[in-house]
Amino acid sequence: MKTIGNVGWEWLMAQRWLLPVLIAIGFVLAFAIPEYNLLNKYVQLVMMYVGINIILTVSLNLVNGYMGEFSLAHAGFMAVGAYTAALLTQKVLPVAAYPGLFPLAVLAGGLMAALLGLIVAVPSFKVRGDYLAIITLAFLMIVKSVIENIDYIGGPRGIPGIKRLTTLPWVFFWTVVSIWVVRNFVYSKYGRGVLSIREDEIASDLMSVNTRRVKFLAFMVSSFFAGIAGALFAHLLQFISPRVFDIIKTTDVLIMVYLGGIASIAGSIIGATVYTVLLELLRPSTVAAMLGWLPAVVFDPLNEYFIRHLGVWRMVIMPLALVLVMIFAPRGIMGLREFRWFIPRRDLDAHRRPTVHGGSHGAARSH
Amino acid sequence: MALLVATRVKHYFGGLCAVADFNLELQSGELVGVIGPNGAGKTTIFNLITGVYRASEGSIRLRDIELVGKTPHQITALRVGRTFQNIRLFRDLSVLDNVRIAHYAQVRYSPLEALLHLGRYRREEERIIENSRRLLSIFKLEHLAGETAKNLPYGSQRRLEIARALAIDPELLLLDEPAAGMNPNEIDQLMEFIQWIRREFQLTILLIEHQMKLVMGICERIKVLDFGETLAEGPPEAIQNDPKVLEAYLGEGPVG
Repeated sequence: MKTIGNVGWEWLMAQRWLLPVLIAIGFVLAFAIPEYNLLNKYVQLVMMYVGINIILTVSLNLVNGYMGEFSLAHAGFMAVGAYTAALLTQKVLPVAAYPGLFPLAVLAGGLMAALLGLIVAVPSFKVRGDYLAIITLAFLMIVKSVIENIDYIGGPRGIPGIKRLTTLPWVFFWTVVSIWVVRNFVYSKYGRGVLSIREDEIASDLMSVNTRRVKFLAFMVSSFFAGIAGALFAHLLQFISPRVFDIIKTTDVLIMVYLGGIASIAGSIIGATVYTVLLELLRPSTVAAMLGWLPAVVFDPLNEYFIRHLGVWRMVIMPLALVLVMIFAPRGIMGLREFRWFIPRRDLDAHRRPTVHGGSHGAARSH
Repeated sequence: MALLVATRVKHYFGGLCAVADFNLELQSGELVGVIGPNGAGKTTIFNLITGVYRASEGSIRLRDIELVGKTPHQITALRVGRTFQNIRLFRDLSVLDNVRIAHYAQVRYSPLEALLHLGRYRREEERIIENSRRLLSIFKLEHLAGETAKNLPYGSQRRLEIARALAIDPELLLLDEPAAGMNPNEIDQLMEFIQWIRREFQLTILLIEHQMKLVMGICERIKVLDFGETLAEGPPEAIQNDPKVLEAYLGEGPVG
């Protein structure tokens, strides 16, 4: 039985022209919002974090969701991208005179991370599952301690005073690019190779899939965008240190991946957005801002209560929500499902049943 | 010309000798059966041919290309297709994708073209979709293209596995117990079907089977293995009456 909501949703998803229109509107807004201060600075900041987190989630989903591995190295790739880009804008590129050089630094961060992604891909040829997770964890620890021990890049103190070059349009641009590229990859022979590795690696190899090449590519694309996200993050936070990119950062992204749903681009977008926004909504100051319309008699004690307790409970409420999602939707909100907007039309048509009047099957039989 | 020549192939699992001395010469277009009791090393031989295991000793040559030392996907790309004893479909993927994946080696576009969906991407994708749907329609699965593979009934899963193996465009097809779990009626259909695909796709077929009806019915030559050694080899009639084969299957002592 289809509900009216379902029919409406299907109709909406069939309007494929809406996606480019929405992206275009998004771009206009991304320029207009900071230019005319349409939203306050805090909301703009949250929007940028949402974008960066979407990039991180989509890219990690490629390895952990589509390929079915469990990589913990994402924060490490992010660190490599962040440090590469920050060093370039601090010490090499004259970004003060030419702000147009910033994208070069971001790109360099992504490429450097991709290069390290290749190295992490190598153990995945032999090792799978929990054991690969341990190897990626080791990689994360190595990256962290290498950075801590190089004094030139600030050691454990990190790099302060990074220029704030990340803007809403840039975040939006890279978010769109990462979604587009990961989607393209997934709907290609390499992407299907990634899926078949998750399903049955030996059968995949026996069906002519060059599993090593596919793993190389998947890790490379995944770490490239983690590096991009790191570069954007560094130039937004304006301060990076090895501690910023520890295992907690990886677990944040993991939560967004599994909350949104594995092997789904729509899931990655939803997971990153929901998690980031809800965590912000649970801040006492945000709650206060939302309840500001209440009369002072009610508001003041409430506000005092929230300031005292919500900060503490924030990190309990959110994981609790995650537990509930995992119990009631074990594959996450959109696990293994996808908005049809993201699926190439060719793929949609290819999966359709042949109709009585058309389709290659009917044509073949009429000969 | 011989398509596949295996000479003095040995394989050990640790200290256990799974295949002692395997020799086979498979002529192009032949249909040969491999039989033998459980643990005789039949599936191991398939795994050695397709590169899942690397033979400890000996040589396996396909059209004069040495297969020992090659990876499974390299061997598969040399047009060797196979099915599995226990169905090994990509269970959570669509029926169509199961067949499309097996086109991997035949799809010609670079990673960059894949990431940007440019260049040869569109033409190649359309070509393999068309070929996949053609295969599915031959196996009467086209109406299930969008279905998840694990939801298919058992018989359809078996057919899908053969369709997937054919997507490799094989010259040599290895069938590992294709009749497992089938009733006599279905086995009759399968026998006809195997002979039909052999003609239609011009295949050389090597098959492992326990169902004597099928092996004796369609194979031109049968090889009997026991403990990794060849016990007997010849046409079905000769095998049926070979005392050594009877002994291996029925036990020692005077028969009947």
